[in-house]
Amino acid sequence: MLQTRMRGRSWNFGSLYEVMAKANAPKSGDRLAGICAQSAQERIAARQVLSEIPVSRFLEEPAVPAERDEVTRAIQAGIEPIAWAEIRGWSVGELRERILAANGPTLLRWGKGLPSEAIAAVAKLMSNLDLVSASAKIAVDVRCRTRLGGSGILSSRLQPNHPTDDLAGILASLDEGLSYACGDAVVGINPADDSVGAVRRTADAVSEHVHDVLGVPTQVSVLAHATTQMEVLRQGGRLDLVFQSLAGTEDACRSFGISGQLLSEARACQKELRPELGQVMYFETGQGSELSAGAHHGIDQLTLESRCHGLARIHDPFLVNTVVGFIGPEYLADGREVARAGLEDHFMGKLHGLPMGVDVCHTNHMDADQNDLESLAVLLAAAGCTFFMGVPMGDDVMLNYQTTSFHDLATLRETLGRRTAPAFEAWMEREGILRDGLLTESAGDARFFSAGRRRSA
Amino acid sequence: MSALLRETSREPRERTSARIQVGRAGTRPTTAQLLRFQEDHACAQDAVLATVDAGTPGRLGCVLESRSSARDKSEYLRNPGTGRKLAEGEEGRILARITPGAQVLVAVGDGLSPAAVEAQVPVLLPALLGCLRKEGFESIAGPVFVHLARVGVLDALGEILRPEVGILLVGERPGLATALSLSAYLGYRPGPGRSDADRNVLSNIHEGGIQPLQAAAMVARWAASMRRQASSGVGFRPDAG
Repeated sequence: MLQTRMRGRSWNFGSLYEVMAKANAPKSGDRLAGICAQSAQERIAARQVLSEIPVSRFLEEPAVPAERDEVTRAIQAGIEPIAWAEIRGWSVGELRERILAANGPTLLRWGKGLPSEAIAAVAKLMSNLDLVSASAKIAVDVRCRTRLGGSGILSSRLQPNHPTDDLAGILASLDEGLSYACGDAVVGINPADDSVGAVRRTADAVSEHVHDVLGVPTQVSVLAHATTQMEVLRQGGRLDLVFQSLAGTEDACRSFGISGQLLSEARACQKELRPELGQVMYFETGQGSELSAGAHHGIDQLTLESRCHGLARIHDPFLVNTVVGFIGPEYLADGREVARAGLEDHFMGKLHGLPMGVDVCHTNHMDADQNDLESLAVLLAAAGCTFFMGVPMGDDVMLNYQTTSFHDLATLRETLGRRTAPAFEAWMEREGILRDGLLTESAGDARFFSAGRRRSA
Repeated sequence: MSALLRETSREPRERTSARIQVGRAGTRPTTAQLLRFQEDHACAQDAVLATVDAGTPGRLGCVLESRSSARDKSEYLRNPGTGRKLAEGEEGRILARITPGAQVLVAVGDGLSPAAVEAQVPVLLPALLGCLRKEGFESIAGPVFVHLARVGVLDALGEILRPEVGILLVGERPGLATALSLSAYLGYRPGPGRSDADRNVLSNIHEGGIQPLQAAAMVARWAASMRRQASSGVGFRPDAG
């Protein structure tokens, strides 16, 4: 019975996923898909109904049937039965209250038992500060070359992109980022030319600079398609992480040229080549990509984002980040919608047990600016976000969008008392860039790393 | 520890357009850098929200002004599908002015940067028409101007006007580096059921990228190749003649 009464008026809903879509915070992507609530009251009526739905229903009734969708099967395969038995009898409203009252280890245990759709459902009932509060309790620890995560740590991906992959240009931005103590999660480059040869050239040169010349305790990634990276690895190219963008339905994954089998192969390939590494996968997600691919099956974008996390979970990633605000105003219209989506995605990722970072960003054709971005970064840092992007002044000259800057990372660490990952911080202290976790007088000048250091080791 | 660091060495900045060696005030950007960033973003925002001057389509030599089904800029931005369809009644207006079945259709759309249209099309369009004639195109439909246009509007025009080759010059999404970049999209026999995979694009047409005159010659050459190869999109080989 998907119905409720509010102030003398009765509200009826046709299906579980109609309730899910209508319970969502307003987002232009759900409006574009024609599935959002038609009024503010209908939205709250949907939340009333949703709050009383038993969590167990989401395993019985996934967003897309398991027979026709391997993402659904991945979600089901990732559920830990003992934890599931503990939670399945609760309603979604009760789950919200228990999450807000529980401690971090308990949340990690429950999260392992929750289907992605149930995690999306409870996110819809949570306010922004609910999402911050719950996320802040969950500390996820991971290891690739170095260890990452844990409470009090705010890490960053150093993203020294260049419009033509010019190596000197990439290294110039890279050194600049290091001089602000950015890059403890990964040095990750989006290639302009994503051919095997070009990706390998960048991967080898950046690995040499980061690992051999400077000896920075971090990881290197070049964000081409997984198949390209596997070819680079088989040829002996140097990558620490295998990156791939994910989508929340099998059809949308196919439009990305990926499958569960491909992800398993990519992981096995790197684990075999580099047995000394811990986790080796790096995933990106983001609300709206399924609708954009015409493969959303009438499901709202928040639920589909959660399903990406369910897919990520069974491949045991070192890093996951949602890219919130890149896809355009037809999915997230303005700073307010971006903020809501960023907090939701981060919470859902953390409850899935993922090392969740956020690319807090915007494009120039949406109603958002750097102030919206900085505000959301503060909220997410307070929520214990694992990592942000670090880009020179937040202006990515290759992807043509704005994200968090080297300066922003240093500010967030200083203002909120966060530190970089321990091994990275120790290295930065030795180099004289950090003292007691704060930038020194020498910080912010890339010459510190480039003068006489390059290829001198 | 706080520190004030002005811009440092210029040398690494010659290797990249990224905003490096910019200094800092404590952990924050210097005032000059903060305002420079805001200036660039302001240009990009204004470019998206601008509309073309009323006289522009006529000044460009467009024989007809049409419009997409988007009612206003806000709907255009939030529902891209409305920019791919023509407004009601446009088919009759277009057919009253232009005879279908030309060898090539030339259209201009504001897209995400009317400023790019104002900046590049006055030079690009006359040159393109000349180059198309040199490439052997005898019947040229248009130019047609489409307000609130997305790339897919080329297929809506193609359905009505049935050209062999369709060309759309359209303003790109502004970046911080430039808000004046234009793209040219080309498709063989544009019409319903076509997608991005059936089109080819020459992007980055602006002062710091591909020069408009150079772009005109390339676009005309591609159009002629499409006609000879009777195809466009992923299977099209621009250099195969």
